[in-house]
Amino acid sequence: MSIKLRLFLILALSTGLVWLSAVLWIEGSTRAQVEKVLDARLSESANMVSSLISDHRIEVGDAASRPATITMPASGDYSRQLSCQIWSLRGDLIGASSGAPSSRLAGREGFASSQIDGEEWRVYSVRNDDLGVTVMVGDRVSVRDNLVYDVVAGLLWPALVILPLLAVLIWISVGRGLAPLERLETALRARSPSDLSPLPAGKAPREIRPIRRALNSLFSQLERVRRTERDFTAFAAHELKTPLAGLRMQAQIARQARDDDARAKALTAIELSVDRTDRMVRQLLDLATVEGDENPPERFDLSDLCVEIAASLRQPAQARAVQLSCDISAELSLATNRFLLFAALRNIAENAILASPQNSKVRLAAWQDEGEVIIQVTDEGPGIHPDDLPRVTDRFFRGRATPFQGSGLGLSIAAAAVIRLHGSLTFPTYDKGQTVEVALPV
Amino acid sequence: MRLLIVEDDPVLSDGLCVGLGMAGFTTDPVTTLADASEALQTGDFGGVVLDIMLPDGSGLDLLTELRSRGDRIPVLLLTARDRVRDRVLGLDAGADDYLGKPFDLDELSARLRAMLRRHEGRAAGLIAWNGLSLDPAAQTGRLQDRLLNFSRREFAILHALIEHPGHILSKSQLEERLYGWQEEVESNTVEVHIHNLRAKLGRDFIRTVRGLGYRLAGEDGT
Repeated sequence: MSIKLRLFLILALSTGLVWLSAVLWIEGSTRAQVEKVLDARLSESANMVSSLISDHRIEVGDAASRPATITMPASGDYSRQLSCQIWSLRGDLIGASSGAPSSRLAGREGFASSQIDGEEWRVYSVRNDDLGVTVMVGDRVSVRDNLVYDVVAGLLWPALVILPLLAVLIWISVGRGLAPLERLETALRARSPSDLSPLPAGKAPREIRPIRRALNSLFSQLERVRRTERDFTAFAAHELKTPLAGLRMQAQIARQARDDDARAKALTAIELSVDRTDRMVRQLLDLATVEGDENPPERFDLSDLCVEIAASLRQPAQARAVQLSCDISAELSLATNRFLLFAALRNIAENAILASPQNSKVRLAAWQDEGEVIIQVTDEGPGIHPDDLPRVTDRFFRGRATPFQGSGLGLSIAAAAVIRLHGSLTFPTYDKGQTVEVALPV
Repeated sequence: MRLLIVEDDPVLSDGLCVGLGMAGFTTDPVTTLADASEALQTGDFGGVVLDIMLPDGSGLDLLTELRSRGDRIPVLLLTARDRVRDRVLGLDAGADDYLGKPFDLDELSARLRAMLRRHEGRAAGLIAWNGLSLDPAAQTGRLQDRLLNFSRREFAILHALIEHPGHILSKSQLEERLYGWQEEVESNTVEVHIHNLRAKLGRDFIRTVRGLGYRLAGEDGT
């Protein structure tokens, strides 16, 4: 349900409810007032008739004759609705107003209610001991109801006209009240998906401002993410196009070369370039997977993982005659995302192997230390230049002293994976080679 | 023509050196901006092939620095970032030409020749002097309807001399045009190549200026 409809219904229903209770209240109080006034009139009329009889200004018959006709004192329409009976104390009807019922109106003195011919009556009786008569004046309750109904109807008719008018006004007002929201909606709908600029700063109601702020902050975050992605794509394209340019150049050289030696050299360069491009594509995929991987943690032995890494790096290790050793206790196990840790350690170890001199060693060691598992990869290479350390995990950043042409992604992947494992990646300095340390919470 | 190649990718750099060498250029490769800057201050290069993304910064910075100190050396930018905006940025920074990776070796050679030709103030692809017309693309010459073939180094010497026909070039200046840094300079080679050139062009085409070097004979025979 739209906010507009919801607001409209709430306002319309509550307005209707207020009107209804006002009508009920007025009806109640009108009825009480009418009863009071009419009761007073009843007793007044009865007493007046009684005193008129005493003064002989009204003649009443006796028991034998027909009852005399009494003319009620005139006072507006209502008087005609009154009926009067005069009974002798013996129980004979000796006088009645025209239209009064023939049966006795009430059985006792004072106010009484009675049923006559199926109709409800309100009666006041007064006893005139001097003349030995009882005067009864009464009116039909239905007449009283009509009076109250007239008052209430007088109120209800204008309400029936006013309520729809009010509904229209409420509908328009709600619409106007929600106009800022609608403007926001229109502004958002009109945007192209690529438009992440902040919303126009103009005036806005207090309730809209937080929404605008939240949206703007979301937009700027999205913009940042998109820029990072765009930069990343541009970098990736550059990094892939460079080896492609090398491949094409070497292929042309191979075709144009006049001697076999030059051709063989160009073909070797092509192979090397294909290997490196392949590695870069694998690392780009690794990076994407590391950032999106949602595998649940599982428990595994670290030494098994290490053996697996060593197996996957056999080829580059053999090519440089690098010996990869695992120095990990067989009992050391971890409960974490196995894929992420594998990706991190594999890339660190691969970098270590590629940075190693011929015939050297790369050592993988791990131990537990006060709620942390420390894993170190140490090589005997030249190490990372101290000036490069702050940027070494940046994507596509290659150190200035790299003896090999890496993609600049290995340590970025490791860093991304370690962050997702809530661990830390550091580069402790020792006197020889380069050590990369991964610390993971247990 | 001697070129400085500024490219950090070893396979591509090697390809550029070998490929451009086959097209008659002498090349010196460097991998960083710092090395490039140093090489340009010490060496005598006819042009620069410059990558933009380098390990120690952007090639555009080097270009801006060159132009701001008044160096008019022709520069061809070589980069993977080849959207219009990047090209405009590169050309406005002072580049003479722009080529996106990956590129064709023959196109690169042709663009380099065109760039160097414009730098020398020539529009035609052929260079003519004293009845000789030289074709840098084919590395051949034509003298009175006779087609002449030259070795790479012979052509390089002749090309160097014909660029500024009246100027005297010393032996070491010519050697610099012949050899990259990695190549070992053989003694007497300049003399040997001049000798061979004279055999093809006639004795008096190249004059020896004793104690100073070599120059081409003037069109009036001086």
